Amino acid sequence: MHIHKFEQFWIKLSFGLIAFFIATVVYGFVSMDLKVIGDYQTIDPQGLDATPFGTPGVREVTRNGATEYEVYVQTLQFAFVPGTSSPITVPANTRVTFYITSPDVLHGFDVAGTNLNTMSIPGQVAKFTTIFPEAREYGIVCNEYCGPAHHIMEGIIKVVPKSEFDKSTLVE
Amino acid sequence: MTFLHHYPKAAKVAKANFIVAFIALAIGGFFGFVQALHRTDVFRGFFNSGEYYSILTGHGVLLALIFTTFFIAGLFVWGVARSLDREPESMAFSWAWFWLMTIGLVMAAVTIIGGLVPGSSIRAAVLYTFYPPLQAHPAFYIGLALVLVGSWMAGLDWFWSYKEWRKDNPNERIPILTFMALFTMMMWYVCTIGLALEVVGLLIPWSLGWVTEIEPLLPRTLFWFFGHAVVYFWLLPAYYVWYAILPKLSGGRLFSDSMTRIVFIIFLLLSTPVGYHHQYADAGISVGFKFYAMATTMLLLLPSLMTLFTVVASMEHGARQRGGKGYLKWIGKLPWDSPAFVGCALAGIMFAAGGFSGMINAGMNINLLIHNTIWVPGHFHLTVGTAVALTFMAISYWLIPQLTGRELKFKKLALVQPYAWFLGMTLMSNAMHRAGLAGVPRRTAEPQYSGFEFEPIFGTMAEMDWQIAIGGTILTISLTLFLWVITASWLGGAKSDKPVDDYIPEPLSGVEHTPAVLDNMKLWFALALIIVLLAYSFPLWEMVQDGIFEPGALPRPS
Repeated sequence: MHIHKFEQFWIKLSFGLIAFFIATVVYGFVSMDLKVIGDYQTIDPQGLDATPFGTPGVREVTRNGATEYEVYVQTLQFAFVPGTSSPITVPANTRVTFYITSPDVLHGFDVAGTNLNTMSIPGQVAKFTTIFPEAREYGIVCNEYCGPAHHIMEGIIKVVPKSEFDKSTLVE
Repeated sequence: MTFLHHYPKAAKVAKANFIVAFIALAIGGFFGFVQALHRTDVFRGFFNSGEYYSILTGHGVLLALIFTTFFIAGLFVWGVARSLDREPESMAFSWAWFWLMTIGLVMAAVTIIGGLVPGSSIRAAVLYTFYPPLQAHPAFYIGLALVLVGSWMAGLDWFWSYKEWRKDNPNERIPILTFMALFTMMMWYVCTIGLALEVVGLLIPWSLGWVTEIEPLLPRTLFWFFGHAVVYFWLLPAYYVWYAILPKLSGGRLFSDSMTRIVFIIFLLLSTPVGYHHQYADAGISVGFKFYAMATTMLLLLPSLMTLFTVVASMEHGARQRGGKGYLKWIGKLPWDSPAFVGCALAGIMFAAGGFSGMINAGMNINLLIHNTIWVPGHFHLTVGTAVALTFMAISYWLIPQLTGRELKFKKLALVQPYAWFLGMTLMSNAMHRAGLAGVPRRTAEPQYSGFEFEPIFGTMAEMDWQIAIGGTILTISLTLFLWVITASWLGGAKSDKPVDDYIPEPLSGVEHTPAVLDNMKLWFALALIIVLLAYSFPLWEMVQDGIFEPGALPRPS
């Protein structure tokens, strides 16, 4: 088979580019802690009441001697619970782990302008951890079509300075 | 003498497919126009925001599934008949698959349009990905299944022609136009296994009420088993045009026969086991499977980059044949006044841009920044919406005259059309990409929220909305020009024995340099099946461990 020398050069260059792209993703994983959602656990979407999702909200936990927060969120037609009628309030510079699932149809949970972005799939629990670096508000958007009022589904994450965090709103 | 006179039967079948394709293009394109105005809040008088999703479903199904499939069928009927020098083996069989696909399409379309009729219980506002538990009318799924079965039969039709041709030509190499068509169809057979399992095995029984609960992740995964390869099912026929016809339109010939075949083989092998890259943000699929899909996806850059080389090299050769000189000055010698050439060339340029945004999509962790934002439609309006759609439109200016025996009318309008498409898409797509970076979601009637504002990195939200609305309007004008030119030429073009120059020269590096193993279809098909089994069998097996319909969710009306 005859491959022109320019084409041989181009193919080598292409392989280099492909290797480079894969390397950037691996670098993001190991050095920048840019993880993606994985396989966490399945859940009965019709039986969420019997799980922590039955009392959704922010919980305080102690892990390795440090205070951290866990947020259980139900996404449903057409609201985030919590998030829509009351904001999800968490302190800045603290580890926060989100657990997200849906009792009805597919939804999205996207913190606008960030890479906190997951599908919310009935039967699956999405779990991810983050640290919000500064006190500010973020919008939450449902970014998967979920029915005729999909466009009104929005919410707020309110990040407050650690010192101003009001623990009376926590869920037991 | 042109195609119509040599192969009148094949011309009839091809024309029927093109008519359906262009009607779908007209309706689906108009839906896109009103969506662009609605989303950006420029004009919301056509329908209310709840009905937006029926319109959006129509846009996706009619353009991504119907326009493409019928156009591809017409193109391959032309290519197979011409390169094997045979009429279809049985007209009854050809019409059977054509009508099966058409009946299926009408069924699906009726359920979608039903959503716009107040009080109608026949609805299918489930978008073209139709993720359960949102449920459409059963006729929607059954209609899509018929289109699928029809497309399988169409593929069989071409394999049948090939088999008969082989009896008469035992020692010939597979002609390149047939080779590319058959390999595209083999890829189609591999990837549609997932869709058939999903629609026939899960969604049809569920929509008929035979089972009540459904596990949302399993059908979603089966959809994406099919859902990325379908992208290549659209793209490979555009490559077909770029490899086989574009070099001729530029005044030259294809650069290399063997590299063309290798590219199609790689697509057959790697198009399907990449589906998880649409599910990077899904819970319930392990990071390992996602990583495997990502590496495979990145490898798929190779055949596209090789195509870039071949296309540019073939065009440069053509330009030099026409007297082009210098490192870059030859570009000016290309036939920038030929609508078919201009459309293909501009489509190729936009595909390069779309390829770059696709590399961002493919990067597993970078993807989360733009997953399900309007960046993604910004990306695929460059790929399927331009690289494929504009190539199909452009090559119609060259194909339709061969099929009708009539010359093209309104050549000036035909020449304006691809430039207008390029301009409109540049405006619309750049704004969609940038809005996506700010977090603006796709698939929504009103991306304006009460509790917060998006913070764009470059530009302002208002400016992006206007670019989307104006870009969408220019695209609609371009589409109208296309439909006008084609309809006028089809019905009223001057009759001619030779309406276009349809001679296709031999490649520069011809088939005599191509290793015989590249034509071994059984080998490559078996290998493709093995790779897909390796990628999907274990994760799917894991997913159905707790029962095919567990953990089950109840259906919701769309």
